[in-house]
Amino acid sequence: MRESWIGGLFRNSVLALWTLFALFPLLWMVLLSFKSDAEMFNTTFVFTPTLDNYRFVLLHTDYFRCFLDNLIVSGGAVVLSVLVGVPAAYALARFKFKGKEDLAFTILSFKFAPEMLVVLPLLIIYNRIGLYDTYIGLIWVYQLITMPLLIWVLRGYFEDIPEEVEQAAQLDGYQWHHIFMKILLPLIRPGLVAAALLSFIFAWNSFTFSLLLAGIRIIPVTVEALRYIGTDTVRYGQMAVAATVTALPEVILALLIQKHLVRGLSFGAVKG
Amino acid sequence: MSMDNIDMAAYRKRPFLVRARPYFIILPALLLTIGILYPFLTAIYYSLTSLNLQRPGAMRFVWFQNWIRMLREEAFWHAVRVTLQYALTATFIELALGLGLGLAICRRDNWFARLLKVSLVFPLMIAPVVAVIIWQLMTSNTIGILEKLLNLFGVYKFRWASSADTAMFTAIMIDVWVYTPFILILVIAGINSLPKSPFEAARVDGASEWFTFKNLTLPMLKPFLYIALIFRLMAAMQEYGIIWALTRGGPGDTLLNLSVTTYIRGFTQYRFGQMIPYVLTLWVIVYIVSQILVRKWLKVQKTAGGR
Repeated sequence: MRESWIGGLFRNSVLALWTLFALFPLLWMVLLSFKSDAEMFNTTFVFTPTLDNYRFVLLHTDYFRCFLDNLIVSGGAVVLSVLVGVPAAYALARFKFKGKEDLAFTILSFKFAPEMLVVLPLLIIYNRIGLYDTYIGLIWVYQLITMPLLIWVLRGYFEDIPEEVEQAAQLDGYQWHHIFMKILLPLIRPGLVAAALLSFIFAWNSFTFSLLLAGIRIIPVTVEALRYIGTDTVRYGQMAVAATVTALPEVILALLIQKHLVRGLSFGAVKG
Repeated sequence: MSMDNIDMAAYRKRPFLVRARPYFIILPALLLTIGILYPFLTAIYYSLTSLNLQRPGAMRFVWFQNWIRMLREEAFWHAVRVTLQYALTATFIELALGLGLGLAICRRDNWFARLLKVSLVFPLMIAPVVAVIIWQLMTSNTIGILEKLLNLFGVYKFRWASSADTAMFTAIMIDVWVYTPFILILVIAGINSLPKSPFEAARVDGASEWFTFKNLTLPMLKPFLYIALIFRLMAAMQEYGIIWALTRGGPGDTLLNLSVTTYIRGFTQYRFGQMIPYVLTLWVIVYIVSQILVRKWLKVQKTAGGR
């Protein structure tokens, strides 16, 4: 379709403006992370880059340990969700049984339950059974973030595989779990990896659960990052490092899964 | 629940173990999540008690005292207003921007457009807490680049989140920064899925761009926009991370929505019995809105699919 040059100019400037708004803050963050405190106030773009901020935050604070904490909790949550959720997604896609849609929607509704409502009574229970401030406790509660996403997205991927594929394998005498492991899993692998990585990102970003159910021994990095905000001893360079270090893994993961992003973010409702 | 497509006689004839198999497969997933969700039910009970975590022994059953007290409190109605104002404004701006940008970007297919599609999604991946840090670096009156930019226009020491007049604006700006890409990529996916022929027909007939947009593009994009609306509105009504990290609900009570109010009552004042009605109310609102929207979405999807 041809467009008038005025329309084209207008569209291009809108896009350029948005790009500036969307991406410049990230650039600014990275820039400041290399700026020394001495140059923070009197330079804008031209300054002598230094690694001091990184050295301080990563070596002289607990930030790196918090980074690992987040990795363990989010990674653990995703692994557990995959182990339990993949078969469930398959069952919801293939088997015909009573209450199927109700079950599927029950699982989806967990995603929309207010975190605060879940966390409160959980705090009491976790204290009683000793799960407060433990990896297992956090990994368990993170299932509310990772599981609905995985099950709903993967259900769609399973449904995309024609039933004939399975029937052919059945005729060849394969048991259903063989079919599942040897034929279906390889077919959905790209979708599975993408959904797992996306749920990892969500788990990584969440901080309500870990703010309230941990925070003494286990401090995920998003909670730790709170400390860099609005304190009186403002160290902008260190703030920028904290933000950069936390955001970096996510930007990399986002690049890896961009093809599946639409489908994952819409819980399978939109097949991008 | 649809059982229409199942042959009931054949279904019953299958042995029990075969029939029960799907339930067994799903069971672990359900146990893991319901084990967590059981607290949800206990929360309703706690809302009828005087539970205070500092004195758990002194818990009494007080019937609806907490609820009545909440309805009488000005703070509650304020929180409802803040919740709705924040959620509706942010969602509306994000939808409008996402739609506009999606339409502007999708016509292009050069290296720049491809690069844009990849990189514009970055803010969406970033944790709300980190987004707030980034915007503090942007808006700081001493080192922020926006201060320098505003200085060019003769505005000095713009107060952003620290003033009651602009705190809501700042929070929504951050929300828009983070979540517009979500709408944007849904819109792009929607536009890419549109059939070509109606648009060619419209062009042959000499339809104006506005006419094509209003009568073809928009109706066919509706299912996608509804999905975007459902996800965004429900999350924005519960927004907690951005507001808490930005101002802890302040200055004063400017940004105290239901989630943040709940947090403050419960976890800094330990008055659990009193705070649960707040979050239960939030959940009821979110639930009702989601039911209405999901139903509309199903209907719109049928119309757009031409069925």
